[in-house]
Amino acid sequence: MTKNKMRLVVIGNGMAGIRTIEELLKMSPDEFDITVFGAEPQPNYNRILLSPVLSGEMKFQDTVLNDWSWYEENNITLHAGKVVNKIDRQRCMVETATGLAVPYDRLLIATGSNPIMLPIPGINLPGVLAYRSIDDVEKMLTAARDNNGTKKRAVVIGGGLLGLEAANGLSLQGMEVSVVHLCDWPMERQLDQVGGGLLKKELEKRGLKFYLSRQTEAILGETEVTGLRFKDGEEIPADLVIMAAGIRPNIDLAKSAGIYCERGIVVNDTMQTYDPKIYSVGECVQHRKQTYGLVAPLFEQAKVAANHLAEYGRMRYEGSSVSTKLKVTGIDLFSAGDFNPGPDDEELLLQDAARGVYKKLVLRDNKLRGAVMYGDTVDGPWYFQMMRDGTDITEMREHILFGQAHLGDSGRGGAASVANMPDSAEICGCNGVCKGAIVKTILDKKLFTLEEVRAHTKASSSCGSCTGLVEAILANTVGGDYSAKPSKKPMCSCTELTHEEVREAIAKHSLKSLPELMQTLGWKTPDGCHSCRPALNYYLLSASPGEYQDDSRSRFINERVHANIQKDGSYSVVPRIWGGVTSPSELRAIADIAEKYKVPTVKITGGQRIDLLGVSKENLPKMWGDLVKAGFVSGHAYGKSLRTVKTCVGSEWCRFGTQDSTGLGIKVEKMTWGSWTPHKFKIAVSGCPRNCAEATIKDFGVVCVDSGYEIHVGGNGGIKVRVTDFLCKVASEAEVLEYCGAFMQLYREEAHYLDRTAPWIERVGLAYVKQRVVEDAAGRAELYARFLESQKYSQDDPWKERAEGKDAHEYAALATI
Amino acid sequence: MNGYLQVNSPFGKLRANGLYAAMQKRKMRMNWTQIGNLEDIPRQGSRVVNTAAGEIALFRSVDDQVFALDNRCPHKGGPLSQGIVHGKRVTCPLHSWVIELESGNAVEPDVGCAHRHEVRVAHGVVFLEVRAEV
Ligand SMILES: Cc1cc2nc3c(=O)[nH]c(=O)nc-3n(C[C@H](O)[C@H](O)[C@H](O)COP(=O)(O)OP(=O)(O)OC[C@H]3O[C@@H](n4cnc5c(N)ncnc54)[C@H](O)[C@@H]3O)c2cc1C
Ligand code: HEM
Ligand code: SF4
Ligand code: FES
Repeated sequence: MTKNKMRLVVIGNGMAGIRTIEELLKMSPDEFDITVFGAEPQPNYNRILLSPVLSGEMKFQDTVLNDWSWYEENNITLHAGKVVNKIDRQRCMVETATGLAVPYDRLLIATGSNPIMLPIPGINLPGVLAYRSIDDVEKMLTAARDNNGTKKRAVVIGGGLLGLEAANGLSLQGMEVSVVHLCDWPMERQLDQVGGGLLKKELEKRGLKFYLSRQTEAILGETEVTGLRFKDGEEIPADLVIMAAGIRPNIDLAKSAGIYCERGIVVNDTMQTYDPKIYSVGECVQHRKQTYGLVAPLFEQAKVAANHLAEYGRMRYEGSSVSTKLKVTGIDLFSAGDFNPGPDDEELLLQDAARGVYKKLVLRDNKLRGAVMYGDTVDGPWYFQMMRDGTDITEMREHILFGQAHLGDSGRGGAASVANMPDSAEICGCNGVCKGAIVKTILDKKLFTLEEVRAHTKASSSCGSCTGLVEAILANTVGGDYSAKPSKKPMCSCTELTHEEVREAIAKHSLKSLPELMQTLGWKTPDGCHSCRPALNYYLLSASPGEYQDDSRSRFINERVHANIQKDGSYSVVPRIWGGVTSPSELRAIADIAEKYKVPTVKITGGQRIDLLGVSKENLPKMWGDLVKAGFVSGHAYGKSLRTVKTCVGSEWCRFGTQDSTGLGIKVEKMTWGSWTPHKFKIAVSGCPRNCAEATIKDFGVVCVDSGYEIHVGGNGGIKVRVTDFLCKVASEAEVLEYCGAFMQLYREEAHYLDRTAPWIERVGLAYVKQRVVEDAAGRAELYARFLESQKYSQDDPWKERAEGKDAHEYAALATI
Repeated sequence: MNGYLQVNSPFGKLRANGLYAAMQKRKMRMNWTQIGNLEDIPRQGSRVVNTAAGEIALFRSVDDQVFALDNRCPHKGGPLSQGIVHGKRVTCPLHSWVIELESGNAVEPDVGCAHRHEVRVAHGVVFLEVRAEV
């Protein structure tokens, strides 16, 4: 089996090139013999942490991403400190100046970019430096250090992100620093005038001096830098000049090999250049007319390139939107998207001079287009996410400026700025993780993405309400928008496809089983994982009710054995009690059965049912047999399915009741019980607006009024309580049933698995749901018909089947020895 | 532990140390107990064997390999036999730790190990090694 491995040569030992190799090794570890050329003598390091090294907050060792041993362990030949100066495309070889020649089958060009050195007199004087590599940083540190008693003066040309980080670092190293900038305010590409003004003021407080709207004409000095002269004739002294006037894709090598370049090396959506053997990623690349200068998009590119090098051939890079964060300790600043409003755009502004907070959101058609934030950036990642998802924000426009905390995120209200939180501040309440632990883990384990932070710290891995904070900490710690999830989020690591794409493919190829699906869609694992299998099983089931053979092996234990697992491995049993209405004989039967099986705890649930807790697995089928005999069916308290329909006593007894809420609730429950849904689904019917059945925190709630029935959707209790949205009002019980079935079916057909109705509605917008369920009467009738059709196959009582012997192996031990 | 009885086919290579010799040797150190048939364990599923020393979970992967681990998650003792089996891994039903079936180790970044047991399948029959002293 020793077939000759393909040879992959990588030019550029930087962030994008090595990230591609890491992705490739994950996908197909043995496919290539890999050789890497790097002009820098160091192993691969994290360039964006150069600023903390310059400011003295970090050491170079802390920035190394892959040390020498990583290359050895992965059998990668590294030529560090060697510059490739020729690509021979005829012979498929790369060559260095020192005469080394290495053949390739595939070539990856990741040469990054070069700082722009302005063509002005004096640019070559000693003391003029760029800001790109660790070498530059070390030279700056030396220059800052050898001051014989007097403060040395540094001038930074360029008031963008890089220039300000350099200026801040040098000033922390004890230099007197000035920033020269062409525009009227710093960081004009990321900030509007107000934000830029606030930033300037803050930096001036820290000792920086600004020369704005100035153009440098010459750098002065005979043997070394002594100063610089502006166009207007003014001269200022300088011992060190830093060029931070921008970067230019490093394409000289590719160009000289005849590879098609414009501003950057031109690639297609698979990151391939015009030479099919040659791929390119990173800042040197031009994709759909765009070049990028931040790592998040480069990492997306790396993933795609690796995918194609490994010949999976599935992913496409479709460009990225980027957000920016300045990594100057203590300054909170965030910007994303297009923040200069056009004629059709709206602008939402918040200025709080006392707290030094400024926020601007730009909207078009009720969607976020851009954001600038200064002083309080906790919600930056949240805005950015909504921007990329194209979320309709109509519903929250009154509160959106105040942040996510104002939308009912429990327990996080006071968190103004993560940068200013103490290390001991608890971030993730579910898992008890504090800020310090997260920061330390990010640095120690060199984490880049939210997923990685979740896996290593458990923060944000449970209820997710702290996700925004964790993302903000990540951004603060490593700078930039690392957590930027690709705008397309795959279902899980077994595939690159999103939930929507999988559901579409199921319909398109009329897929009918899990193995068929995994094969057709190129699953990366032989039989999926615990996260995709239940989702796929549900999607297949909802696509072909009656036809699809449910795969019990892909169901979470509760749904597989039709009972709720408890912490000691015992189970709980909740019989269905229609609408919460029971009778003495039913209660007597339950009491007898509870005694017969020595049930340790009997409890009334929040959903008006009776919970029998602590039943051993072996006893389940027998107990169900007895319950079935007494006339009960399964209560599905364990499933991603209809749970309960809660009711109040309504007009039958209550002096306020307007309609028969109890009777209606029972009808609704008889119609909906047994249906599988993307997540649990709860219903309630209240007899008047006093709302004793709490219908306005249910997925589907009915509030009876004199003139009919108000329908509310998308509520839930739980960690993040959400009150329902009002959907519409109808006149008859029959309509309630129709709207209920249609709404459930829309949710069943279109929500992601494990999305409750609330996040689903927040994603697609209430207007969309109204359009489908209320306005489009014909569409509603079809949804309702599809719901009833699928219910034909789901109302066989699972308990009865199992009491009669189905899946007996699930409940009995294999052997006792 | 490996070395002699690695061979799977009934008429496979009888090596120098030979099957009979191997079984003789094994008898001295190992105590194989017949548990049941391969078909009794659902593919991508698990069954439990009750022993004096506690429950042992037998897992059958999608490609019909069989593994045995203590039916206790290294995290908080969750019954691993009730988890979803995928590849050569099982996900604990209580808090979703993922455990390697071959070694019993928790998949990183979680740390812990479920005790593993020797198990063999011959002619569709499953044998479990139960150590007397356990
Ligand atoms: C100071 C600083 C701060 C930054 N801060 C942030 C931030 O906060 N957030 C963010 O997202 N981004 C930030 N960036 C940008 C980010 O670092 C870059 O986008 C990223 O490093 C680009 O990766 P790359 O692989 O394309 O290029 P590089 O990482 O530059 O790698 C290219 C490598 O190729 C080598 N090379 C070039 N030509 C040859 C050749 N002919 N032969 C051999 N080797 C060659 C180079 O020496 C270099 O090592 C920052 C950059 C700097 C300089
Ligand atoms: C008459 C009885 C038996 C016969 C003819 C028999 C035959 C075999 C054969 C031919 C093999 C395959 C060996 C090879 O390919 O090298 C085998 C494997 C094996 N047998 Fe038996 N066997 C018998 C009884 C038993 C008993 C009683 C046990 C356990 C107590 C046992 C346990 C095993 C085990 C564990 C293996 C190894 C399977 C593996 O590693 O995959 N056998 N047997
Ligand atoms: S919701 Fe109205 S009708 Fe129902 S019990 Fe309460 S007060 Fe009575
Ligand atoms: S007990 Fe297994 S994950 Fe917690």
